[in-house]
Amino acid sequence: MTLENIKSEMEANVPGCVLEIVGNPSPSGQHSLRIDPAHAVAIATFLRDAEHLRFDYCSNVTGIDWPGKEISEKVKAKKLVDGAEQEVEEIRKTQTIGHLEVVYHLYSMEKKHGPVILRMRTEDRAEGVHLPSLTHVWRSADFQEREIFDLYGVIFDGHPDLRRILMWDGFQDHPMRKDYVEPDDYEYEPTAHDQVLERARQHRTVMGAQ
Amino acid sequence: MDEHLKTELRKQGIVATTLQELYNWGRKNSLWPLNFGLACCAIEMIAASMARYDMARFGAEVFRPSPRQADLMIVAGTVTKKMAPQVVRLYNQMAEPKYVISMGACAISGGPFKQGYNVLKGIDRYIPVDVYIPGCPPRPEALIDALMTLQKLIDKQSLTGADRPRHLQAEAPSEFIVPRFGAHDLEPPQNPEVWDAPLVNISLAGTDDAGKH
Ligand code: SF4
Repeated sequence: MTLENIKSEMEANVPGCVLEIVGNPSPSGQHSLRIDPAHAVAIATFLRDAEHLRFDYCSNVTGIDWPGKEISEKVKAKKLVDGAEQEVEEIRKTQTIGHLEVVYHLYSMEKKHGPVILRMRTEDRAEGVHLPSLTHVWRSADFQEREIFDLYGVIFDGHPDLRRILMWDGFQDHPMRKDYVEPDDYEYEPTAHDQVLERARQHRTVMGAQ
Repeated sequence: MDEHLKTELRKQGIVATTLQELYNWGRKNSLWPLNFGLACCAIEMIAASMARYDMARFGAEVFRPSPRQADLMIVAGTVTKKMAPQVVRLYNQMAEPKYVISMGACAISGGPFKQGYNVLKGIDRYIPVDVYIPGCPPRPEALIDALMTLQKLIDKQSLTGADRPRHLQAEAPSEFIVPRFGAHDLEPPQNPEVWDAPLVNISLAGTDDAGKH
């Protein structure tokens, strides 16, 4: 059962769903399927319940932070130079806003196949972005979705018990986001190296130590 | 009292001692640890208390489930920031005299997780530590060595004078600040009463400042 087959089957069975195969160029070649959040629950239920698929086991849920990046591309533009129209090359820079991604790894215990990897993306990286929870489809996603909520700040709609799981309740940051600023407690670093050494030096300048 | 005279008397069946010796002897041979472990180091602590390593030989086998009955806190394992207030609170609930062994790289400094977002960089930022055992994890022998080191420390204490142990100084604190959960970190991030950044600062190695505060 290839991913293409699964994709076309889902398109036939879940009307309106938008799917996209995300290739994995590494030797493992574990390609994944990007699904649209609006149909995620229907897609998941189909994968779990369809007679020949029966993906009854969600082994792993994890998050990825894709920060926005600057893309520069060369474009040809017509411009008036010295009264005559000429074609010049310009570099146009665009800033993407980035997004958060949630990844589900599915296996079938009954049919002994898998994994199928699902990805879901948020619109942007703002505080309090929403995605649908798949905990009601696979119970094992419960704690891991809580972890993603805690560390990345994705709010899972429909999750039965969405609380922080590793950090305390009053904590405000999301430590696994790439722009997380950790507290400055670098006053003593016996084996400092590389980045850590840099942080330790910064700490000393901030604190005004000799 | 003259040591030679003491041995001579002992040969005649007369035991002469001082109150201080008796007091220290009693304390050092009944160090009851608090029964808790935080991570992998606790497994070695358990091994040390079982038959093969037999911590009972040193009077420290009675792991107490209540801080009220314990004399020794073995901080065995990674202290997460989420757990740190509970550890300090347990320490505060122990009755004096009380001692702390910081077991393993994690309890000393955060160890392999030092730069982690949720790991305390050493329990000595909040409570006074008597003996540190390096290792990841330290072997049971190392824990027994730490226990014997602590026993020697206790044995050396004098009950009077300015350097008498903390529990005999009325004004010395026996409770320490329990950190609160803040929005970004524990508050306060360390207790300045017990912890100061150590003098040697290797992070400045290679510069003219190495070794300075
Ligand atoms: S020092 Fe090593 S063995 Fe001990 S708790 Fe930390 S990681 Fe585990």
